[in-house]
Amino acid sequence: MKKPIISFQDVSFQYQSQSEPTLHHLSFDIYPGEKVLIAGASGSGKTTISRLMNGLIPSAYPGELSGKIFINGESVTDQTIFDLSLRVGTVLQDPDTQFVGLTVAEDIAFALENDAEDQSVLKQKAKDWAKQLKIPAILNNHPQEISGGQKQRVSMAGVLVDEGKILLFDEPLASLDPIAGRESIELIDDMQKNGATTTVIIEHRIEDVLYRPVDRIILIDQGKLVANDTPNTILKSGILAKLGLREPLYLSALKYAGIDLTQVADVDSVGKVALSASTISALQAWVKPQQARVQTMDVKPMLQANNISFSYDSKQVLNKLNLNINAGEMVSLVGRNGVGKTTLSNIITGFLHQSSGDLVLNGHSINEASIKERADHIGYVLQDPNMMISKNTVSEEVALGLTLRAVAPDEIERRVAETLKVCGLFEFRHWPISALSFGQKKRVTIAAILVLNPELLILDEPTAGQDWQHYTEMMTFIRDLNRKIGISVIFITHDMHLMMEYTDRVVVLNNGVIAYDDQPMKLFANLDLLKQASLVETSLFTLAQRIKVDPEALIASFINQEKVVQTNE
Amino acid sequence: MNNNVLIGYKQRDNFVDHLTGTTKLIGLIALSVIGMVSFDTRFLLVLTIGSLALFRLSGIKFHEVSFILSFITAFSVLNLIAVYIFGPQYGVHLYGSEHVIWQGVGPYNLTWEQLFYEFNLFLKYIFTVPLALVFLMTTNPSEFSSSLNRIGVSYRISYAVSLALRYIPDVQNDYRQISKAQQARGNEISKKGKLTHRVKAAAQILLPLIFTSLDRIETISQAMELRRFGKLKKRSWYAEKPMKRSDFAALMVIALVVVIGICLFKLNAGRFYDPFR
Amino acid sequence: MNKKQGISVRTVVAIGIGTAIFFVLMRYIPIPTGVPDTNVNLAYGFLALMGAIFGPVAGGLIAFLGHMFNDLTWGEPWWTWIVADGIYGILFGLTKKYLNIENGDLTARKLVLFNVYQIVISILVWGIIAPTGDVLVYSEPASKVYLQGITSIICNALSVGILGTILLVAYARTRSKKGSLKKES
Repeated sequence: MKKPIISFQDVSFQYQSQSEPTLHHLSFDIYPGEKVLIAGASGSGKTTISRLMNGLIPSAYPGELSGKIFINGESVTDQTIFDLSLRVGTVLQDPDTQFVGLTVAEDIAFALENDAEDQSVLKQKAKDWAKQLKIPAILNNHPQEISGGQKQRVSMAGVLVDEGKILLFDEPLASLDPIAGRESIELIDDMQKNGATTTVIIEHRIEDVLYRPVDRIILIDQGKLVANDTPNTILKSGILAKLGLREPLYLSALKYAGIDLTQVADVDSVGKVALSASTISALQAWVKPQQARVQTMDVKPMLQANNISFSYDSKQVLNKLNLNINAGEMVSLVGRNGVGKTTLSNIITGFLHQSSGDLVLNGHSINEASIKERADHIGYVLQDPNMMISKNTVSEEVALGLTLRAVAPDEIERRVAETLKVCGLFEFRHWPISALSFGQKKRVTIAAILVLNPELLILDEPTAGQDWQHYTEMMTFIRDLNRKIGISVIFITHDMHLMMEYTDRVVVLNNGVIAYDDQPMKLFANLDLLKQASLVETSLFTLAQRIKVDPEALIASFINQEKVVQTNE
Repeated sequence: MNNNVLIGYKQRDNFVDHLTGTTKLIGLIALSVIGMVSFDTRFLLVLTIGSLALFRLSGIKFHEVSFILSFITAFSVLNLIAVYIFGPQYGVHLYGSEHVIWQGVGPYNLTWEQLFYEFNLFLKYIFTVPLALVFLMTTNPSEFSSSLNRIGVSYRISYAVSLALRYIPDVQNDYRQISKAQQARGNEISKKGKLTHRVKAAAQILLPLIFTSLDRIETISQAMELRRFGKLKKRSWYAEKPMKRSDFAALMVIALVVVIGICLFKLNAGRFYDPFR
Repeated sequence: MNKKQGISVRTVVAIGIGTAIFFVLMRYIPIPTGVPDTNVNLAYGFLALMGAIFGPVAGGLIAFLGHMFNDLTWGEPWWTWIVADGIYGILFGLTKKYLNIENGDLTARKLVLFNVYQIVISILVWGIIAPTGDVLVYSEPASKVYLQGITSIICNALSVGILGTILLVAYARTRSKKGSLKKES
């Protein structure tokens, strides 16, 4: 019997600043060479577990710990954060805060610099690890010059230089687009196979992590351990949805087709899941051929971008781009990072000015309109709500735009109250914003824009970093807004599920022009286009290929069913 | 996005470029301090010509810095005018003699002493410009903190400087986004309105920037501790450059200039060179 | 536990990020006063907050380094004012203990006293230390540099008085104990 490399024995923990314990009597072991996924909804306590492993508790977060934790057979309470860092290498969620060096090479060598290693060692190791992580070409680049996926590789290299035995990933997928995320999961897997490392991944996006096999999943809910088993067993049990986590899409499809998962082998991978003849015929029967959607309403173009060009630093970002947004539409704007999605939305809102081309809103040119004038019609919500909030309480924040427009006080009060009710924030109106959760803050920022009665809302990654339950709440909220007040919405997103389920139209930006503009399922059946948009094929696509049906039809059937399930809920 | 921190470091492959940051840092500090104290015109002229020569050697193109030069010229002229307005007799007072060129109204005449004094000031305003620009544009920012550490600044503070250089572009970017988003809501730093209102409006815009940055301080310090920053009494530097013979030669020259500057204090019996005596 | 050596990692990072923000505020976001060549420097309101949170070492270095970088980018390191700025930052850092802002108990009395203090140190630094340095070192006419000093006192005290106070209050609020918040219908 091997000895565990990480051992939690009846661990409870309460942060000093909180009135309730975050973890309750947690016990589990992780063995050398294992790859373990620790999953749970936000607020479940999974991040607290990682902080206990790497020593941030108690060094940065004091609190009361009971029970015993052993790393490598030694109790963590006897070790400093520095001792632990040699054994547990942590890759944090936000690569921008982890990347502290001025260049890639310096950041990789950072830990060794702190050990006062010779410069020759620093140079050699930085070079070696950059090569292993396939980033040798960017050694001398600045953090501002490289992509999110590359930054994460730098972060990985920066902890791998320690050649520690345990690698700890805190939500590695949170800030990556689907392709980069998939590459990252592949890389983690390769590192695991090459070295004698133990890998612990903290994530709530289970299907994406399972793109490569893991040995075990530990499920945490409200600080308690609810399951500790192989992916196969856990997926069959159907427990994920109950914990507010997303089940893999292909398994949901099997369930919709009336298949009992407990009777199916190898459910942890869409490539391997055992599909018997009866399973296949059940699935095929479930897939309904899709009739072409008939456009019943007259579409009324609300915003037209005509021949928009924009260049930056003598680089052509947008090249005579044309795009129409119709009244009442929900549209996804996708494309790989840096392709110009943000540039385009900044041109629409007036944050940037196009070098040529016209913007027409409701038949009138807005080329000369100021940021503030455009904001009366077009609202833009940044990804990070903290970057928008400047007032103390919810109602003050929502009122700000009206106050600055010198609207009469009683009208402000009325419109703020109305908006807060629409956004489900009315009961929080006197709360300080700092007391709200991330999702609620995001809602406040949307409310603060909605109060100006815009006809179009541009949302930058509205669901980034949120678990399934919060995600669903946010998207249902936006869809209701769209239905209730008829506002058009553009989502800038990488989230394929969002595109599929909540928008009727996907616009792919590539090489400065619109490369695709149509229904989402057609895009999901086109591998080349997906790649251009930095997206990956979903497991539904793979499933469709395995059972030899038209992927578009399967995806459409799936979406229809999801919508039915949701309205019933 | 302009990734060259501050203004435009790039590799230029010449003598100045190859010196270590340490040498250039010592040079900048030593020369700017001695030139700040000295009022020996001959010395200041030599310093100015020397630093212009260095500027040429460094291979920096004029257009790279033209904006700054025009700003500095305007700044110097304004200051010189202000000095004349507030102290038209200051030169006379300093040198203890009066050679009138033009008899104006009241104290506002023009003397050789005043002109000479203001010429000295002018040299003091401008001689640092080529030096500072050479320093900024030929010193690899990565090397800067190791240089500070080498001249005796603690490695913690040296690294703080590196962090500042690392995050300046990010802060600029964030500010741009935040201020535009606030403008959309109707909040902007305008040139109109009462001053106190403008500062208050600016405060609203800055709040999100400052509070997200405070959060960032916590996470960055955690990330650094997780990679053992602060564990030992010293640390090594990836980007440190070894001192070469040319560095020692350059340091000797710098030391010589400083010593000459100090000797001139003795010779002139004070900081001022007085041609009117 | 390791022995404590020098300043904490958190202070190191505060100096780094603080300097970056100070520099950006000073270099790119001046508020014109209407008087030519005279701007209200928002960096000082920010400095007041950083000093109050992180103490004199951080305050002093943020101001010193931020001002130095700013001057270097203009090609003109004006050492007397850079040093004066460092002193200003240290003096703001000395408010840390009294304000105890990290625990969020910022009373009106403390705010008033803070503002009295900031006016006093503004006069000390910009009315006495910086101009006297210019007279002694650069040998500029006293009336000119003292007038510049008075302008700086007004502008900087204004920046601290408005922006600094707003920031202190806002920060204290985020630190205050979350009482029993109730939903209202």
